[in-house]
Amino acid sequence: MSGGLYNLDKKVYDTTLDLTDLKPYGDTMNDGKVQLSFTLPVADDERGIEAAKLLAKKMGFMDPAVVCHKALDSDFTFYVVYGQTIYSVDYTKINVIKVESEVMEMEEVNEFIREHFHRKIVVVGASTGTDAHTVGIDAIMNRKGFAGHYGLERYDMVEAYNLGSQVTNEEFLAKAKELHADVLLVSQTVTQKDIHIKNLTELIELLEADGYRDKCIVCCGGPRITHELAKELGYDAGFGPGCFAEHNISFAVNEMVKRGLK
Amino acid sequence: MKSKLNLNKELVEKARMHAKNVAIDTQNFIDKHTTVAVERTVLRLLGVDRVDFYGVPMPNVVVDHLVKKNLLSGGAAYYMGCAIATTGLNPQGVSQQIGRGKIDLSLIDKIPAKDALAALMPYIKKSVAKIKRNKQKRSAYLRKYGDKQGALLYVIVATGNIYEDIVQAKAAAKQGADVIAVIRTTGQSLLDYVPYGATTEGFGGTYATQQNFKLMRAALDEVGEEQHRYIRLCNYCSGLCMPEIAAMGALERLDVMLNDALYGILFRDINMKRTIIDQYFSRVINGFAGVIINTGEDNYLTTADAVAEAHTVLASQLLNEQFAIMAGLPEKYMGLGHAFEIDPSIENGFLYELAQAQMAREIFPKAPLKYMPPTKYMTGNIFKGHVQDALFNVVTTMTHQRIHLLGMLTEAIHTPFMADRALSIENARYIQTTMKDLGDEIVFKKDGIIQKRANEVLENATDLLEKIEQYGLFGTLSRGVFADIKRSPDGGKGLEGVVEKNEIYFNPFIDIMKEGHK
Repeated sequence: MSGGLYNLDKKVYDTTLDLTDLKPYGDTMNDGKVQLSFTLPVADDERGIEAAKLLAKKMGFMDPAVVCHKALDSDFTFYVVYGQTIYSVDYTKINVIKVESEVMEMEEVNEFIREHFHRKIVVVGASTGTDAHTVGIDAIMNRKGFAGHYGLERYDMVEAYNLGSQVTNEEFLAKAKELHADVLLVSQTVTQKDIHIKNLTELIELLEADGYRDKCIVCCGGPRITHELAKELGYDAGFGPGCFAEHNISFAVNEMVKRGLK
Repeated sequence: MKSKLNLNKELVEKARMHAKNVAIDTQNFIDKHTTVAVERTVLRLLGVDRVDFYGVPMPNVVVDHLVKKNLLSGGAAYYMGCAIATTGLNPQGVSQQIGRGKIDLSLIDKIPAKDALAALMPYIKKSVAKIKRNKQKRSAYLRKYGDKQGALLYVIVATGNIYEDIVQAKAAAKQGADVIAVIRTTGQSLLDYVPYGATTEGFGGTYATQQNFKLMRAALDEVGEEQHRYIRLCNYCSGLCMPEIAAMGALERLDVMLNDALYGILFRDINMKRTIIDQYFSRVINGFAGVIINTGEDNYLTTADAVAEAHTVLASQLLNEQFAIMAGLPEKYMGLGHAFEIDPSIENGFLYELAQAQMAREIFPKAPLKYMPPTKYMTGNIFKGHVQDALFNVVTTMTHQRIHLLGMLTEAIHTPFMADRALSIENARYIQTTMKDLGDEIVFKKDGIIQKRANEVLENATDLLEKIEQYGLFGTLSRGVFADIKRSPDGGKGLEGVVEKNEIYFNPFIDIMKEGHK
């Protein structure tokens, strides 16, 4: 029988938690149990199930069980698989550089700005370089926001300017200066051949040459952006997936206070 | 239908009357104006198609010429009629000559309007006949296979590549989807032209082009014939090209089209004058082509609170209903929008959802309402998301919604995987089967939470419409009544494409089409 739900084989694990050898927890310490699902572009039959199993093994799962297989079309099948991973990680050696600021709600941000600056904060955002994707910057800037997180246009104490996509670094800098921007937000979605790194570096160089770098907070964001990468490139912060307007603005206003920007 | 909510019928009538007055007032403005998009649509319906050497669509070539020569107020139809009469060329031929600089419409012989119309008549008849044939073909399919009773399961495909979309759409149809919507690529709504040809690159969606419509239509007919069902195709009119896309949809037999000027104004910052004029012609075309329109009220609740602002949805539905009537669109094509967006942590939130959905059903009894799944409170926890979608499916089933936009457990994570769609369809079919007649078996407690909620929303909507009547539509939009978003009458994109009509202006399609679906 393939994929029995109840495995009657007795398994013996070392059930002490060892953070240098961290594994997923199903119902017993160190059992390494993982659930996953995927679709294969093949027919729903025994051969397909075997393919799913082999694939799971190659992914490092011992004894994978295909618990569900369902045809999505004549040549597409969906599988739900459970397995025990052979991998572990050393939790004690992990060091994550993350944005160190408390995330405030929209109203708290407004209040914070009123209290510390007695004026609106000017935020200018764009998807720069050849990048035509506005989805990232729109998610942060537009009123509607993203996934229920309002964008900066909705914040009473923020004057938000979304310059859209394909804005050159030169134009971006010129517009930021014209609007007396306090905060610059750069979105990068396309990362083919690391074009985003080249583009992001160029902006920082321009800002420094111009002398505007010290007058503003500069953050970048996008699906492949991490805070670590952003710091390396000379940005104040980087925001990856799952970050919304409140993350950006909370960091920016706190950082402005820290740096004594008025 | 017997009211289960004990709705105050007089209040419903009062709200409708306010909405009607708003629509009449707005229509006065619409009737005096035209736009670049409306004129490009007239040209498309006269058979002007393809792109020039630089990739500019020919309808844009001609309309840009009219704008440059300051002739737009007279309308594309009149000048095209004059050019056909004097040169003997067909509309495509005239357009090419304009593109090459061989014809200057400001120098063409001006003939009486009736002669210009006569010169256009063969081309008008041709496209009108084509749209009628499409309508007949749809009816023939629906007669042959029967139309599905109950909710139509609506799913989206959004790969960016029309050929990949087709693979996904066919699989979804086989899984049980009744309506396939091809999501557009981000930013298309702000293009002041319609891209041309089959496309394979898009972000978060696929370009709406006539060729893409044609390819998907053929694929869905093929799978429908296999499955002995008619699979409906949906795309989006909203944006700067509302009527053009409506015309393309009519020519390629789309069945459902998003069509809501208010959505474009609020969420895409399109100029309100421009898009309300565009909307009128696009609805005339949709109505003539037998296309169900979908309005975008559901989106209000993604920015505004779904409990506090529920009445704005009803107010907007009533406005959209009146605008649709103005365009001659019958109630059976009014897919008014609403949504299941109440915060899941609110006590009795489900009861409010049930009340609001039932209210929409009772106020618009014949309309194929479009009911949208939870999106705002989808968190990435796919397991909880699947439960939220199940509750949404319960309300849809109990209140007999027609166009059932399936929620995806992976909402807020990615555009749907093939398997996500299959799971959603399975979820919806399960609930629709097991709870099929539950709604008809249940009576709501008199003056209970559900009845009170519905009447409260109705009262607030009526009060709001009374105010909207005072402000006028444009004034209302400047005040941030909908979705908490303020837009000014002269702000936003596309205002430069609006002109007042002059005395020679005519649009031959409006009368024919409004007459045609009576």
